Amino acid sequence: MARQRILVLWLADSALDAPVVAWSEWDGTGEETHMAGDATEAPYRSGLEALRAGWRLFQVSPLLPHYPGTETQTAYLKYEFWFERIISEEADAR
Amino acid sequence: MSDYRRLTTREVARFVARGYLMFEGLTPPAIGERYMEESASGGPPAVPAGTPLSRAYPEGTALRMLVDDPGVRGILDSLVGPDPLVDHHFVHLTLGEPERAAFGITDPLPSQHWHQDSTIDTRQSFDVQIMWYPHDVTVEMGGTRFLPGSHLRIVSEAAIGRYQNIRGQQHVVCPAGSLLVLHHGIWHGGGSNRSDRTRHMVKIRLNPTVPQVRLWDTADLTADDYAQRPIFWQRELRAPDDLHDILCEVQPWLEADTHRLEFVNRIRMFRALLGDDSFDADYWATRLEHNPGRRVESASGTPA
Repeated sequence: MARQRILVLWLADSALDAPVVAWSEWDGTGEETHMAGDATEAPYRSGLEALRAGWRLFQVSPLLPHYPGTETQTAYLKYEFWFERIISEEADAR
Repeated sequence: MSDYRRLTTREVARFVARGYLMFEGLTPPAIGERYMEESASGGPPAVPAGTPLSRAYPEGTALRMLVDDPGVRGILDSLVGPDPLVDHHFVHLTLGEPERAAFGITDPLPSQHWHQDSTIDTRQSFDVQIMWYPHDVTVEMGGTRFLPGSHLRIVSEAAIGRYQNIRGQQHVVCPAGSLLVLHHGIWHGGGSNRSDRTRHMVKIRLNPTVPQVRLWDTADLTADDYAQRPIFWQRELRAPDDLHDILCEVQPWLEADTHRLEFVNRIRMFRALLGDDSFDADYWATRLEHNPGRRVESASGTPA
């Protein structure tokens, strides 16, 4: 059975080569466990570095216009990039 | 017993910029010792929401001693004023190894997801949450994790649980009697306790009952703090502890564009605390408010 590893990077702006400001990892194979606050260094310095390491980008947060009256309001981290790696049965067997 | 003093303007500005102030080893050991004794026999009393702080805790109890401590009093007077209301309190216990075993739990419990307390809160006034640590907190004990500068972000409580690690996140490691004073909006979560001792943290949320305007010691606020200075292209070193620098501190997790929005929001909060909308830091608010409202006519009479 193929399983999915997920990496989410939040970047400093909307470009893939922008620096990482936050990150999360979930491992569908069960080999690794990650939790909030468990690391001080990001696994990659930018989204581009993750691509070069073999991660497949599959979702990017859109750039939305700012609703009138709320232009200076800040909320969630803005520049969210979702990556995956598919771990095959062969890799499982190894 | 710690000494009574109100916060300085610089300290309040740091609270506005970072959303927290940490006072390490503020309260005397006797309060922590009393708390641990009470903890073994049921812990603090339950207090109805909205009870004035002066009537919330019986004389002689650890939490009465805590909120009556002059150092704590000075901090609270500076941020929420005299006799705030107790919104709620909660004792956060993060189980160490022996206590986990009593529940049949072998591995350390995972850390708590990032969250912002309560619910979506758009007020400009603010509640203070004090987190008090009655005993030493080591790295292994998984002290409270919090994100400096996150307090003005309008998010919905646990919706930020998706984030695991954020650059600049802090973990409380502190001596007994330390007090972490938080703006209600700061992003935080409990850590994973990998030690052999249960970690205790007492949180009290306080609602102000007076306008939060110049409650601190304003002796260090001068006309120089209102003066604008060169921005971007600067020829001279800036004075240490400059109020504008404090308010325009950049956190490593802030996006390239949103850190400037945070400056604007901090300036607006600081103006409200000053009761003076003429204050600005490094022209961020003034630029946005600058609107002469003139229509420039071209030579042909057509609006340019």
